[in-house]
Amino acid sequence: MNSLAKLLEAALFASPRPIPTEELAALDEEASRAAIQSALDELREHYNVDGHGVELVEQGGGWQILTRPEYTEAIERAQMAVRPHRLSGAALETLAIIAYRQPIGRAEIAEIRGVDVGAILKSLLERGLIEVTARGEGLGRPLLYGTTPLFLEQFALRHLGELPRVDELAIALRRPEAPAPPEPVPAGDA
Amino acid sequence: MTSPQAPVPGVASGDGPATFVVELTAFNGPLDLLLSLIRDEKIDIYDIPIAHICTQFLAKMHELALNDAAEYLEMAARLVRIKALMLLPRHEGVEGWEDPRAELVRRLLEYQQMREIVDVLERLGEDRRNRFARAWSPALTAPPQAPLALSLVELLAAVDRVLRVSKDPGMHDVVPRALDVDGAIAIVRAVLALRAEARWRDVVRADAEPWEVLSALLALLELARRSELRLAQPRPFADVEIRRELAGEAA
Repeated sequence: MNSLAKLLEAALFASPRPIPTEELAALDEEASRAAIQSALDELREHYNVDGHGVELVEQGGGWQILTRPEYTEAIERAQMAVRPHRLSGAALETLAIIAYRQPIGRAEIAEIRGVDVGAILKSLLERGLIEVTARGEGLGRPLLYGTTPLFLEQFALRHLGELPRVDELAIALRRPEAPAPPEPVPAGDA
Repeated sequence: MTSPQAPVPGVASGDGPATFVVELTAFNGPLDLLLSLIRDEKIDIYDIPIAHICTQFLAKMHELALNDAAEYLEMAARLVRIKALMLLPRHEGVEGWEDPRAELVRRLLEYQQMREIVDVLERLGEDRRNRFARAWSPALTAPPQAPLALSLVELLAAVDRVLRVSKDPGMHDVVPRALDVDGAIAIVRAVLALRAEARWRDVVRADAEPWEVLSALLALLELARRSELRLAQPRPFADVEIRRELAGEAA
C-alpha cells in the first residue's frame, strides 16, 4: 500500500462516522482527487484480496471500515457490540414516506399510511433517523420532517438518490385522469 | 411485504366469532389490510368489486377484533360510501362521471408503492445492521434486549464487578467464614478416643467463635448420624452429653 492509502486507513480507523471523500482529501493537501480515489480503491482491494475481517464500504455519505457480516453473530454473542434494534413495519413505512416526500408533515404521512403516526414519529426522532427540517405553511404551521445522515448510514446509502426512483418501482402511480386500460369486469360486481 | 395469515374460508359469510386473536400489528393499518385482501382474492386493483371487498373487509375486522379501531372503521365507512355511490344510476357515456373508486385506488397504489420502498429499506437496513463500525457509540448505549440472556454465573460475576467498584457503605461488615466441620469431627474423635464419655464443653472451647460452635454442632450431628456417638441432654439447656457408640467404634 502506498503512504496515502495508509493515511486514509488510519483516518478511517480513527473515525466512528463515515468520512466523505472531500474530507479525506483534506488530509493531504497535495493529493489530487484521483490520487485519493485510487488510494481508496487500493485500500478496498487490500481488505478484499488479503481476506480481512473488515472491509471498506462507501455509504452513509462517506467511507467507513465495517466488519464483515459473517462475524456479526460471534461479536454480538461476546457482547462486544450490539446491533441496533430492527425497525417495526410501521416505522419503516413512515420512514419510507419521509425519505421520498421530505419535507413532509405528520398529517400527510398519516394520510398515506391510513393511520396516525404521532408515536412513530417520536420514536424515529429519538433514534435520530429523522429531524424537523422546516415548518409548513397553513394552519398551525405544522412541523415538517426529513431524514438525517444517520438514516443514510443505517440503511447503507451514500445519498438519498440511491433509493430506487419512484418510476423504477413495479407499481408506478397512475393518475385518475389517465385511465387504466380497459379490463374485463368480474361478473357480479356491484 | 408479508401477509401474516392464509385466506380464511367462510369469511365472506361472516359466520362464527374469531377463533384466534391476531395482534393489531399483523396489519400496518386499514390500507395494508385492504391490499392484503385484494392480493389474496387476486382482484384487479383498477376494478375493485367494492361490494365484495367491503364484505370481506368487515368480516376481517370482526375476525381480528378491530371493531374499535377508528382507522379501520373509517375505511369501512368509506367502502360502504363508495358502494352506495356505485349503485347510483348513471347514464352511459356521460362525460365527467368519475369512478367513485378512483380516490381509493390512488391511495392503494400510493400505499403499495410505499410498501415496495419499505422492502428496499428493510433489505438495506438488515444488511447494514449486520456490520459493525468502529466504536459506534449509540449502539453501545442502547438498552439491553429483554429478557436478559444471562446465565447465573454471568449475573453473579456482574454483581461481583459492581460490588468491587462500589464504595464501602460502612454500615456493617459481614465476614464470611467457611465452617470447618471436618476439623471439628477430628476434634470430637480425638476427645472420644481418650474417654468414652464427654461433654459439649470438652469439644468446644469456652471462647469459641460462632463458626467453631456451628462446626462442632454439625460435626456432632454428623457423627451421630454415622452412629459413631450418641448425643443426650438430660434436661433443657443442660450440658450435652456425648457418648462413644460401640458399633461406631468397631467400624
